[in-house]
Amino acid sequence: MIDPALPSHMRPDRSFQGLLLALQRFWADQGCVVLQPYDMEVGAGTFHPATTLRALGPKHWRAAYVQPSRRPKDGRYGENPNRLQHYYQFQVILKPSPDDLQDLYLRSLAAIGIDTALHDVRFVEDDWESPTLGAWGLGWECWCDGMEVSQFTYFQQVAGFECAPVSGELTYGLERLAMYVQGVENVYDLNFNGREGAEKTTYGDVFLQAEKEYSRHNFEHADTGMLFEQFKMAEAACAKYLAAGDAGERHLMAQPAYDQCIKASHVFNLLDARGVISVTERQSYILRVRELAKGCGAAWLKTEAGGATA
Amino acid sequence: MPDLLLELFSEEIPARMQAQAAEALRKLVTDALVERGLLYEGAKAFVTPRRLVLAVHGLPGRQSDTREEKKGPRVGAPEGAIQGFLKSAGLASIDHASIQSDPKKGDFYVAVVERPGRPTTEVIAEIVPQIVRCFPWPKSMRWGSGSLRWVRPLHSILCTFGTEVEDPEVIAFEIDGIVSSDITYGHRFLAPAPIKVRRLEDYLAKLEAAKVVVDRDRRKDIILADAKDLALVHGLDLVEDDALLEEVAGLVEWPVVLIGAFEEEFLSIPDEVIRATIRANQKCFVLKDPKTGRLANRFILISNIAASDGGAQIVAGNGRVIRARLSDAKFFWDTDRKGTLEGRLGKFDSVTFHEKLGSQGARITRIARLAQEIAPQVGADPALAARAALVAKADLLTEVVGEFPELQGLMGRYYAQGEGLPAEIAAASEDHYKPQGPSDRVPTAPVSIAVALADKIDTLVGFWVIDEKPTGSKDPYALRRAALGVIRIVLDNNLRLPLLPLLVSATRPILGEAHYASHPHDVFHVGALADKMVSDLLQGLARRLLKLAPGADLPAIERAEGQTLSGDVARDLLAFFAERLKVHMRERGARHDLVDAVFGLENQDDLLLIVRRVEALQRFLETEDGKTLLAGYRRAVNILRIEEKKDGERYEGPADARFLVEPAEERLAAMIETVKPQVVEAVAREDYAAAMAALAHLRGPVDTFFEAVTVNASEPQLRINRLKLLDEIRASTRAIADFDRIEG
Repeated sequence: MIDPALPSHMRPDRSFQGLLLALQRFWADQGCVVLQPYDMEVGAGTFHPATTLRALGPKHWRAAYVQPSRRPKDGRYGENPNRLQHYYQFQVILKPSPDDLQDLYLRSLAAIGIDTALHDVRFVEDDWESPTLGAWGLGWECWCDGMEVSQFTYFQQVAGFECAPVSGELTYGLERLAMYVQGVENVYDLNFNGREGAEKTTYGDVFLQAEKEYSRHNFEHADTGMLFEQFKMAEAACAKYLAAGDAGERHLMAQPAYDQCIKASHVFNLLDARGVISVTERQSYILRVRELAKGCGAAWLKTEAGGATA
Repeated sequence: MPDLLLELFSEEIPARMQAQAAEALRKLVTDALVERGLLYEGAKAFVTPRRLVLAVHGLPGRQSDTREEKKGPRVGAPEGAIQGFLKSAGLASIDHASIQSDPKKGDFYVAVVERPGRPTTEVIAEIVPQIVRCFPWPKSMRWGSGSLRWVRPLHSILCTFGTEVEDPEVIAFEIDGIVSSDITYGHRFLAPAPIKVRRLEDYLAKLEAAKVVVDRDRRKDIILADAKDLALVHGLDLVEDDALLEEVAGLVEWPVVLIGAFEEEFLSIPDEVIRATIRANQKCFVLKDPKTGRLANRFILISNIAASDGGAQIVAGNGRVIRARLSDAKFFWDTDRKGTLEGRLGKFDSVTFHEKLGSQGARITRIARLAQEIAPQVGADPALAARAALVAKADLLTEVVGEFPELQGLMGRYYAQGEGLPAEIAAASEDHYKPQGPSDRVPTAPVSIAVALADKIDTLVGFWVIDEKPTGSKDPYALRRAALGVIRIVLDNNLRLPLLPLLVSATRPILGEAHYASHPHDVFHVGALADKMVSDLLQGLARRLLKLAPGADLPAIERAEGQTLSGDVARDLLAFFAERLKVHMRERGARHDLVDAVFGLENQDDLLLIVRRVEALQRFLETEDGKTLLAGYRRAVNILRIEEKKDGERYEGPADARFLVEPAEERLAAMIETVKPQVVEAVAREDYAAAMAALAHLRGPVDTFFEAVTVNASEPQLRINRLKLLDEIRASTRAIADFDRIEG
């Protein structure tokens, strides 16, 4: 149930930022550290080191954060009411996954105004796999009245390593959820700040121009020569940092190395959107990024936060 | 007698795994019970998205006691043997063994092992955890900090045992912290409270009250009946869909059927696309308007809850998603029609069909060439067939087929029609994929036939050349289906189509490509490069020499160059066709040995003739004449075989008239002389009934021959001549089949 004490402009069913804050509040109450987005371009909230790296090793961990996500190929020049090349994911990671994770998830839906006495919420099989991260898990896509609103995954492997304990990961598609609770058909019509009349700012006011500009960039103008170079540089830098940080039993630079892995992955996505990578090359790029991810995962496990014993 | 009730309650089990899991649970538990001497009267498994349930009815309360005598070593045997015996019999000392006397072996030890039967509950408490730990899920996972694997997190286990009249007991065990109980839970949203359960009857009733229909078949029945009723109320017919019904029954515990609508403008999209969109993405059923036979702008959805507003919000939400999906579909459909099918062909050159078989473009070119070659033999216009073959795959590059691969072919037909291409081309786009399975329609239009055959033959030949033939249960490229498709197209359309030349012809461009184009790494390989250079040099030399020769036929030389390999592939593939034909004919009641007998002759590659021959042969062998003649044939061949082996020589007719002394052998020789040309002539006319009738004339003379004549005469000349006569019998049957392969 939506907190009745909220002023109307903060209500999750009236305001995009209200929805986001309601989710943060809910998960903060569950003991999560509420982080801010990672300061790099990523394709999904999973790439945030707070998920990828923290899912590895024995240490318990609870975090929630919004992650702006870039999928260059999904750009539609602002013309499609549902597709964006830049959008927000709300990411929750609980390690180990608690027994009542499904209930917690359903309660979080209630907190943003989805009443399960009125709405048909369903857990539909959807196994998750990220070839670039060498990660997979089992879970569901969560449907609300036939619409996929979240991804629910029990991580089994990350960076090629078994996860023990297992993390439970929840990823909310914020725009979709907001469109649903606000009853809006076009993402650009979402009320962003919950105000009305002249004070109202829509999602379109904030992002429409950016969608157009970045679609041009992603599909037509992104400098492929530079990107190919950047991919190679990131790949080389990652390897270099992994080597430099390797102190035998311990590793001293897992996170800077992982940044380069993230970088390589995003550059690859841009090149892919520009259509300059052939089908066969595509596979080899994915494998190259996965190798970086594996190296970083191995390094992380040799750090203190990764659970390495001193 | 007591009953067992077991429920494994978990987070949502994937719909596609549920039926198999229920059956696996039933089998594993009942097998384990029987293995431990616990026979039962009946067992039934149930499954919902959140629970696997097993009820075993009529179990004994305990195992029966067993008494086993174990024979040991003789008295006074070495210490090692005695110790081994004690260990295996579980005795502490040899004093616990008794001594038995045997008149032959003397005295020896016997241990009597008495095993009292254990209570059934104890056995079950042992069995269930083992089964849970090793359950055969197609994919399983861990969760939290535990190490147990299940399809999704397992939350509770209910396990009760008892008779109707008593309060059943909970069979106590624990699996990774989950302690068995007599508690379950109702519907996730409608009645989540814990429920205490005794046995199956009250389990089912209490869960029904808590909004859970435990029986999957009942959920299916409810969905189907309610969906049909709801359709009827709106004057529409439900488009039934068994696979979808199976799936949605696995997504809900409490099915509530609702109806929604979408804008009529979407009905401009082809029905199949609407259905695929709504079915694949939303798992909803579509409805047909009986007046028009087309889809209506309505859909049926199966909700998992009875909502407090009667489902209005659920319908609205689903409608919104369906509208968005149909907008996408309409966008795809409109985009696709902006271009033409033929305009897309160029792109196939950069699409890989198979890494060893080159691009889709190359494959389509091959199919077109082959379709053109086949066309005159099936009554199609060659140019039209070639064009149809080029167009037939073009829809693979359309947006709609990209989204819904199952609509390949059908979309090609729609787009071809829309572009005003000839009707034959539109039909071939859809029908060249057919028949897909044994019950699928077979194309009958000549152009469709030509393209369908070319497509399938190219596929078969291609994978044969790169040696990716089906093995055992593995047939990833569906080559058996392709061969069966060729067989059914030929037979159902009564086509006279010798396969061997087609197979050879289809092989040649692939071999060329396989070696010189799509296998560039072979060329770069030094050894292969050297081989290729040498063989090119030799070929060039041979060609030059032959060109100098008067009347050299260059195409013939080129043909000869590729012939050995393509000939090998074609013959091997023909044998595969023979196998598939055998399976096909056996399913339709023909004897497989007769198919073998006909294939046993050289160069049988005309499927229709083979079938006709087999049918005539089968009819003949069912007659008295046929049976007797077969017996006579076998007697003749047996004698021949023995005598030929003895003499180390092969006897071949004809017999020498001068040495025919008995009237019976003269008659037989005369009859063979009459019958043989008749048989040959009838076979040439393809009149197999007449051939059999002619052959039947041999029956009497053969019978009389064996009654009146001794083959192994003392006079060598007579003997040899009679053996030659026997060979004549063998030879005259050869025009029809290899009678050696006939069984029974």
